[in-house]
Amino acid sequence: MAGGGSSLKSYLLVRTLLVIPTIFILLTLVFVLMRVAPGNPVSAALGGHVPQAVIQEISHRLGYDRPLYQQFGSYLWNLAHGDFGATITDKRQVSDIILVNGAATLELTLAAAIVALAVGIPIGLIAGRFRDRPIDAASRIFGIIMYAMPVFVLGLLAQIVFGSWLGWLPISDQASPMTSALMTTHTNLLLVDAVIDGDWDSFWDVLQHLVLPAGTLGLVFAGVFVRLVRINVIRTLKDDYIEAARARGIREQAVVYRHAFRNALVPVITVIGLEIALLMGGAVLTETTFNWPGIGHALYTYLQNRDYAAVQGIVIVFGLVVVFASLLVDILSALIDPRMRYQ
Amino acid sequence: MSETSANAATPADAEDPILTVRDLRVFYGTPRGAARAVDRVSLTIRPGETLGVVGESGSGKSTLGRGILRLLPEGTGVDGEVLYKGQNLVKMTPDQLRRMRGPELGLIFQEPMTRLNPLLRIQEHFEEALKQHHPELKRDELRRRALAALGRTGIPPTRYRQYPHEFSGGMRQRIMIALALVLNPTLLIADEPTTALDVIVEAQIIRLLADLKKTTGTAVMLITHNLGIVAEACDRVAVMYGGKIVEEGDARSVFADPQHPYTQALLRSTISLETTELHTIPGAPPSLINPPQGCLFSPRCGHAMKVCARKAPAEQRLEDGRRVECWLHCPGAIPAGEEAPLERQEITVADEA
Repeated sequence: MAGGGSSLKSYLLVRTLLVIPTIFILLTLVFVLMRVAPGNPVSAALGGHVPQAVIQEISHRLGYDRPLYQQFGSYLWNLAHGDFGATITDKRQVSDIILVNGAATLELTLAAAIVALAVGIPIGLIAGRFRDRPIDAASRIFGIIMYAMPVFVLGLLAQIVFGSWLGWLPISDQASPMTSALMTTHTNLLLVDAVIDGDWDSFWDVLQHLVLPAGTLGLVFAGVFVRLVRINVIRTLKDDYIEAARARGIREQAVVYRHAFRNALVPVITVIGLEIALLMGGAVLTETTFNWPGIGHALYTYLQNRDYAAVQGIVIVFGLVVVFASLLVDILSALIDPRMRYQ
Repeated sequence: MSETSANAATPADAEDPILTVRDLRVFYGTPRGAARAVDRVSLTIRPGETLGVVGESGSGKSTLGRGILRLLPEGTGVDGEVLYKGQNLVKMTPDQLRRMRGPELGLIFQEPMTRLNPLLRIQEHFEEALKQHHPELKRDELRRRALAALGRTGIPPTRYRQYPHEFSGGMRQRIMIALALVLNPTLLIADEPTTALDVIVEAQIIRLLADLKKTTGTAVMLITHNLGIVAEACDRVAVMYGGKIVEEGDARSVFADPQHPYTQALLRSTISLETTELHTIPGAPPSLINPPQGCLFSPRCGHAMKVCARKAPAEQRLEDGRRVECWLHCPGAIPAGEEAPLERQEITVADEA
């Protein structure tokens, strides 16, 4: 009871420590799933025409012939040292895929999240506030269409309209070939790299390439947020403390902004964390549609080539992103909602 | 105490009322038609007085409290007069009405657990309310007034910066009362303020309300289904049935000598240490959408006459200033031949359930 400070700290500490068992379970699960999947990873990756001796030789080199507990031990040991191993098909370091392709995905996902929140939250708030009025009906139709639309359909439509018909925007890749060739790499985030070099022509080119994929992915997720925020505003406006505030003669605007909107957004923050997982799933489709050189696109390629080592590494990265995103969300919720600190 | 009761019973000697409700009607729109939650209710409240409003669930007592403040769902019909300091609240614009809520008319609610915004500190609740109605106040003065109001309800200043979830139900109700009192309302409407609390806390809150009335002179309209609370805390009592006031008068005399058959039945059904047998009122409260013809209580009344089922009784004023709506009190007005007991189907056990 004595002040919120110490309990907030212990909550955050416990929540952060919980990440360790979560990651261990995640890693074990990925390891087991990759082992129970049918077929020999090496022959699957290299195709059926490789001599048995070669397969055995590669299996031995990759350690697939050792007992499972030894494989699991060195798997954990290597991961703990940041060694995600190498792909079987093109012998690329998985950590390199994470850095280069991961940066492209991060750029796309962040831009899409900004679009989703910037479009979804205001529309949801207005729709909930003006329930059953025309603006609400329009918002709901928008939300349902976006929610129901597969990313690749919206992506193809956007490519046809803005790329082919209007010719305003590039429809694939992260940058035009000239820009890619000329840019120097600092962070692998192309927009940031362009800013570091003060290279505004490249910045403009990269930004133009980003608009359609980020807009597509963002709008699809905006549909989720419109519906979620709207229903939360409607529910919150019925809450008892809203009526109590009105009974004290608080101006309706203040009731809506200070009480209803703020309280309605608390559950939305939790969902944002869960949506990040879906956003990455959506990134796989978006990246494929727009030929975006992200980690989702890489996963898609390696899955087609049945490169188990690469898939394992990328899936671990996806899992880690979700774990840390939900950690972040829980910390944010605790800072916003005092009740969370006691649960 | 008997002197003040005598004063209250003679309206001519009493101060002018601060609130006069005349023929107030509140209709809720429902899919099956309009529900007459409050139907032609008239009452007055004088400065510093505590009026108890009692009745069963669904008798319209809560709607009456909210109807006075017009804190009702959109689309609710309100008709009649609510005169507060000479102004008719029913005719006011929403913004005029909003300015009355808080500094003039306070309202506290049944369930204190959910009435405070969980994301805001107690301090923020007080600052919001004070700044809304007194934008000229400085920070120090806001704090001083808030802590004084909390102090009167027994909440120490050390807890000013805490969040609602750090308080028990009883303490939250104290905070709600302080939050209403900090704006110095002339009338506090308390809508079943203790129903959600345990008996010990209930006694504390009722004592607190009674003390506040003495120290601040705030008039209180105490809405409750608990007759014990009315007997203990109220000067006058209004008994509601089916959206109407059936009996109204000095609390002591109403309890000592109830005149309306419904009041009598209600008093019989209270439970005390002397209770050896549970009394209930047969039948169910009337439908507010399709109310019975005549007196609303006649289908459940043991004294019902033929006239009761046909025509609603007019309001009668008794010698002690009491108001009763019952044909038993105006035998002269009953048409010839209609004094005969009402013949009707027996109320079956199934009906009661």
